[in-house]
Amino acid sequence: MEIIPKLPVAEWIDNATDWTTDTFEFLFDFIKQDFGDFIEFFAEDLLMAIPIWLFIAVIGVLAFFVSGKRFGLVAFSVIGLWFISNQGLWEELMNTFTLVIFASLISVIIGVPFGIWMAKSKTVQTILTPILDFMQTMPAFVYLIPAVAFFSIGMVPGVFASVIFATPPTVRFTNLGIRQVSKELIEASDSFGTTGTQKLFKVQLPMAKTTIMAGINQTVMLSLSMVVIASMIGAKGLGQTVITGLQRADVGTGFVAGLGIVILAIIIDRFTQNLNTQKGQ
Amino acid sequence: MPVIKVDKLSKIFGKNAKQATKLLDQGLSKEEILKKTGNTVGVNRASFEVEEGEIFVIMGLSGSGKSTLVRLINRLIEPTEGSVMIDGEDLAKMNKQDLRKVRREKLSMVFQKFALFPHRTILQNAEFGLEVQGIDKSEREKRAKESLEMVGLGEYINQYPSQLSGGMQQRVGLARALANDPEVLLMDEAFSALDPLIRKEMQDELLELQESMKKTILFITHDLDEALRIGDRIALMKDGKIVQIGTPEEILVNPANDYVEKFVEDVDRSKVLEAQHIMKRPETVDIEKHGPRAALERMRKEGLSSIYVVDRKRKLYGYVTADDVSAAAKQDKKDLKDILHTDVPKADMNTTMHEIFDMIHDSPVPIAVVEEDKLKGIIVRGAVIAALAGSEVSINGDHS
Ligand SMILES: Nc1ncnc2c1ncn2[C@@H]1O[C@H](COP(=O)(O)OP(=O)(O)O)[C@@H](O)[C@H]1O
Ligand SMILES: [Mg+2]
Repeated sequence: MEIIPKLPVAEWIDNATDWTTDTFEFLFDFIKQDFGDFIEFFAEDLLMAIPIWLFIAVIGVLAFFVSGKRFGLVAFSVIGLWFISNQGLWEELMNTFTLVIFASLISVIIGVPFGIWMAKSKTVQTILTPILDFMQTMPAFVYLIPAVAFFSIGMVPGVFASVIFATPPTVRFTNLGIRQVSKELIEASDSFGTTGTQKLFKVQLPMAKTTIMAGINQTVMLSLSMVVIASMIGAKGLGQTVITGLQRADVGTGFVAGLGIVILAIIIDRFTQNLNTQKGQ
Repeated sequence: MPVIKVDKLSKIFGKNAKQATKLLDQGLSKEEILKKTGNTVGVNRASFEVEEGEIFVIMGLSGSGKSTLVRLINRLIEPTEGSVMIDGEDLAKMNKQDLRKVRREKLSMVFQKFALFPHRTILQNAEFGLEVQGIDKSEREKRAKESLEMVGLGEYINQYPSQLSGGMQQRVGLARALANDPEVLLMDEAFSALDPLIRKEMQDELLELQESMKKTILFITHDLDEALRIGDRIALMKDGKIVQIGTPEEILVNPANDYVEKFVEDVDRSKVLEAQHIMKRPETVDIEKHGPRAALERMRKEGLSSIYVVDRKRKLYGYVTADDVSAAAKQDKKDLKDILHTDVPKADMNTTMHEIFDMIHDSPVPIAVVEEDKLKGIIVRGAVIAALAGSEVSINGDHS
């Protein structure tokens, strides 16, 4: 055992991170600056400009249609959101919401193409599968470290860490959904002389839609679960309130903010799930 | 020129397929090759030609290589060896783009389990091939609707496949294939998933459609009855090999080997054999030459109780019975016309055994097989029974 000295793995990773930070500094700076500004603008100027009552009303109406004209989701959304604003956590909610939206959007934009690529090539699948496993099993805290190295602190590194953590389900489910399309339907498509792109958009993606949406739902939930963790590197929102509660041993404040996250999670979950099942039949 | 020309086409599944083809050349069987190399022989040097407007049936038991063969023809499966010519063009040598063009314009396929797109309406399913070709929406809707109307589904265009019965779903499959107006229809066990009544209905409908569309159809089935009903010619497959090609009659009457014979054995012969296969040469008298005495003499010699009466050109007039003839002879009558029976039981060359069986049951005389008013042959009860029992069948029977 002692013949082999401790391998300097940590140093290698440090070096790699340093190198990346230096080399892509211009890019990271750009993202940090402009994207950061945009996120801030979205949360503070756009969402906060909407009167609370209007925001809640719009969500209520959307809930009505999304849930197939039933009132359960409407009641829950309206009461839940009112409760959060009543607790004085509206701005935190908007920040959290922003983080989730951006992290999910980026995850989907990255995840779906990778999923397609993985479905089309066996080699890509063989390479990506262990990487995805790795990304999901690595404790989420670890992603905060390079996030800070690249983007210092704030919303941007929060989104970055969330994306790494939340992308795998979308990739996996897209791959799965496409591979699940029956051989006969693929043959039918080919027999009519489809190109690869036609087959993808006319047959594979529409048929994989339900599965892909299930993956996206998971991605959204995972990025929401990153909210508290991301607030440790300065991402604003409900997570920050939870952390504050923790630091001050203030059970009440922490718990109420936690409840806010749960309410948001349930609303988002029901929305994405209903969007999925609604059009299916 | 044949529309489809398949030459020594082989498909071997598994690694080292090329190496295994050498064993095929040495004449090893599918089983031996599997044991030796682990490769599965899908199709073993199949050769045949399909003419324009023909329904060519490929028949064989499950696993005999039918699906593989039909997929080699539109190259859904890459051949290991051999060639497929469509309108004289070698499919195997085509690049992807030309292959797509052939698939879009010349070949359409109908699948066993329908393979409809569940997320598309009936109309959108029928439009698929045209959409892929980039034909604009109004034009392709028009053509898809026409095609759906042809198969009797004009009213269901906005439903989804899951809302239709199996028979209707396969009509959509057929309409989707026809909407492209292809030269060739490839039908892989297209009716096998349907229950027997619907299946027969679909067979009839296909034949009816074929009357007007005159497509070249390659029809796959494992069911001999189906093959005999719709095939102009039938190829029989076993272990990837084509063991016999022929018209339905040829296959039934002269099975090439034990395998074909086994297949043929349990088919209901009464539906397939026709009058021409079991009729025999008739004894006749000439209405212009022969009188009652001559007729009586002929009947006595041959041991008949009745005889058909024709003229020199073999035009059929009727029959006379032994009793009438001998009475007329006693009265010294000269003409057969007075005692002629004209209520003749008639069949034509293609009347099936099934119908003949019903006719012969209550007929006092043999059945006359007539073509353009001329007597071609007669069918006696014994021949019908013998044929139904599956014993020897004599074409244009020259014995009884
Ligand atoms: N993709 C494949 N890989 C390996 N073997 C196959 C494949 N497809 C078919 N086979 C084999 O080829 C033979 C012919 O199959 P198939 O063409 O499906 O027969 P059929 O349609 O007459 O039932 C069978 O022995 C089958 O197991
Ligand atoms: Mg098959």
